[in-house]
Amino acid sequence: MDIHPISTPPTPDEVEAVASVVGPAGPLVGPEGLPATEARRHLLLPVLHALQARVGWISPGGLGEACRRLHVPPAEAYGVASFYALFSTTPRPPRVVHVCDDVVCAARGAGAVCAALETKLGPAGSGEGATWLRSPCLGLCEAPVAAMVTVAGKAPEEASWSVRGSAEEAAAELAAVVGGASAPAREEARVRQPREGLRLLRRVGVVDPTSLDAYRATGGYRALERALQMGNDAVIAEVTASRLMGRGGAAFPTGRKWAAVASQPARPHWLVCNADESEPGTFKDRVLMEGDPFALVESLTIAGLATGCELGIVYLRAEYPLAHARVQGAIDAARAAGLLGANVAGSGRAFDLEIRRGAGAYICGEETALFASIEGFRGEPRSKPPFPVEVGVFGKPTLINNVETMMNVPAIVLGGGAAFSEVGTAGSTGTRLFCLSGHVRLPGIYEVPFGTSLRALIDLAGGVPEGRSLRAVLLGGAAGTFVGPEELDVPLTFEDTRRIGATLGSGVVVCFDDTTAMMPVLQRIASFFRDESCGQCVPCRVGTVRQEELLARLANRRPHGGLPAEQEMYRELSQCMRDASICGLGQTASSAVESGLKRFAGLWEGA
Amino acid sequence: MKLVPLEIDGQAIEVPEGSTILDAARELGVDTPTLCWASTLTPVNVCRVCVVELEGARTLVPSCARQVEPGMKVLTDSERVRTSRKVVLELLSSSVDTSTAPTLRAFAARYGATPGRFGPVAPPAGLNERDAARAGHHHSSDGACAESVHQPRKVDNQLYIRDYGKCITCYKCVEACGTDAQNTFAIAVAGRGFEARISTEYNVPLPDSACVYCGNCINVCPTGALMFKSEADLRDAGNWREADQTTTRTICPYCGVGCTLELTVQDNRIVRVMSPPEVSVTQGNLCVKGRFGVTYVHGNEPAGE
Repeated sequence: MDIHPISTPPTPDEVEAVASVVGPAGPLVGPEGLPATEARRHLLLPVLHALQARVGWISPGGLGEACRRLHVPPAEAYGVASFYALFSTTPRPPRVVHVCDDVVCAARGAGAVCAALETKLGPAGSGEGATWLRSPCLGLCEAPVAAMVTVAGKAPEEASWSVRGSAEEAAAELAAVVGGASAPAREEARVRQPREGLRLLRRVGVVDPTSLDAYRATGGYRALERALQMGNDAVIAEVTASRLMGRGGAAFPTGRKWAAVASQPARPHWLVCNADESEPGTFKDRVLMEGDPFALVESLTIAGLATGCELGIVYLRAEYPLAHARVQGAIDAARAAGLLGANVAGSGRAFDLEIRRGAGAYICGEETALFASIEGFRGEPRSKPPFPVEVGVFGKPTLINNVETMMNVPAIVLGGGAAFSEVGTAGSTGTRLFCLSGHVRLPGIYEVPFGTSLRALIDLAGGVPEGRSLRAVLLGGAAGTFVGPEELDVPLTFEDTRRIGATLGSGVVVCFDDTTAMMPVLQRIASFFRDESCGQCVPCRVGTVRQEELLARLANRRPHGGLPAEQEMYRELSQCMRDASICGLGQTASSAVESGLKRFAGLWEGA
Repeated sequence: MKLVPLEIDGQAIEVPEGSTILDAARELGVDTPTLCWASTLTPVNVCRVCVVELEGARTLVPSCARQVEPGMKVLTDSERVRTSRKVVLELLSSSVDTSTAPTLRAFAARYGATPGRFGPVAPPAGLNERDAARAGHHHSSDGACAESVHQPRKVDNQLYIRDYGKCITCYKCVEACGTDAQNTFAIAVAGRGFEARISTEYNVPLPDSACVYCGNCINVCPTGALMFKSEADLRDAGNWREADQTTTRTICPYCGVGCTLELTVQDNRIVRVMSPPEVSVTQGNLCVKGRFGVTYVHGNEPAGE
């Protein structure tokens, strides 16, 4: 293909940023003699990250240089750059503070914080050398209000932290960081429940996450050793026997997925770890990656070897700088110790891992969108079939599992699938991580066996604060549903939640007390889906807009053509979104709003 | 060739392996609406107007892209199918100027779409305003009006105009400009969500882009968002008179390929050049000469005037 170049020349900084990913200027032929178009396109996202981090935006000159080196048409590269919220295709100050105003942070005062910050600094996006922006969920829901600072330059910086204090104090702290102060250090994630019986969280908060020795001293890498003795088929058989189901939201049997990938004749096989946790209210994978990164690396190594993969990609959301540093550190240490690379643990077998960072797009947690994103295309999902086990990333058989799912693997390998399945219920085996946030005394991550009641889980987190009562729980995230106080005895299993029309989703439990106005909560959810729709299919692209407009009308008590007409419209709209959208985002974009409108009396009337 | 048996609306049929449900439905004479599908392009299944109900599937499936499997049971006119098609057409009709999209309007009428129930259409955006949208950010409205993509057209060359207020983002022009036909890649989808739009890099005018003016995007556009400037000018002047037009098929006089031209003639002047996709020579694709280089027949006038 002939590339029509962008005429604006790049700056030396931009040339250097692109070269930092692609390497010094060289021939336009990629590894293995592949034409550059095929061999290098997948570097587009890392190159855009490098440009954004170096100069604070993706300029025409910088994008032109990226296109020249990667042999990507400028219009397509622009389509990719403009897809992600953390990239800017117009000049943006190098220093940006992102303030979360999503569902959980909003319930804990983010609105007032943003208003105070606006009084101090002017509206979001204003400012010369530095600015602030509103952000969807940053995954620090256990300690709202969440913020993240990104500083572009020769030595780029990024950090996320929890802003504390009154709205005024919080705004002052944010303004100071906008003004150049360092972000306050963030507390390590804590486990706030009794430690006995913990599987996934057993090292979190007590074992040094930066030390391979500490990991090994607490049983680390015994599972890999065991897996290598057992052989691939036996490992997969144990995972199947464990009846482990995916923890990302879709609850697919993990063993079946592994067996399907392992049996594919096409090569290579790819392993992808979905660490793009972006469901509002979810932070469990972040805690696991920050608190026990070697366990993830070991789990992925076992999974990759068992299913015939030689390379794995951890697709990690860009909003998690600490998790990124920890997992990268664990990968580097494991490689240095011979636990990754050409000869894993002396087995003669090769497996290695690489991290790819998202750039601010919830949709990229959808597996086919995630593949497109890795490949250097817009994060647009595609129809299934074919499923990833047959046609995944780069068109090859791909094993894709979420972080939490993978982290169950060492215990299954060491203790056996049967023992694993003794915890939990018949249909939902093992333990599950839940992200408790909102109006609970001890927000944080909790690990309980499947079958624990929602009530017991909320009690474990201290219940709602003194003197208040629970109005509702948002279970499963923005793509989940609202559950009322009368349903708290539901056992938390895939099957029991399905029975009451709810879902465990990604393990989100956001509690709202009786002082919460629910309409703004629904409006924030609707706004989130409108922002995060990829825009590909009509039901989601336009439907999320119409849903948000409807809620605005109800809030203003100005329905079109009377309430029954609006109710009929929304019934059909939500049915169409659920039935006719391409992917899970559009199919669930009306789920929480619909359940909220049904549950909370008076919302239709604007109460 | 292996045949695959399936059932559509209770009728049994066998179609060759690799066919889509849409192929099978058409074989049976079931009239299935499509907007983003074209015989010459890779299915993107984004418009969702062709969805059908497949027994055992949780959601509806796009008939244009879903390949047949033995034993499939498909419903093309169930309540679920009709509702989704109707709502999709309402969503499009309420957000896009469909005044030059007769096919879409006919579908909307067929399914009883009432786009007005989302409220009056919001006022148009300013020129290039939608192109400046940032992914992940939008201004929430009060819901009084239905947000739309209405905006002034982009006129930056003498040959064709881009009226993105009429764009349903069906991806056809992008595919025709890209690997499905032209391999020029002058345009792509940019932005995200409702702010997704067809764009050159940084929204530069076409003369600064990779565009080679083959016009193959115009040939596939289902809504008149991409239009010959000669046609747009006549329409603006209220002088586009379809009743007075003739359509003539001929062969392009330039090179030896022999592309078929379909000339629209009004008042003894060529006002538009299309190419029929069913002709195997180039499947509706032309180059700049065949598409726009025919005005010499009118004498010594500059192109497009």
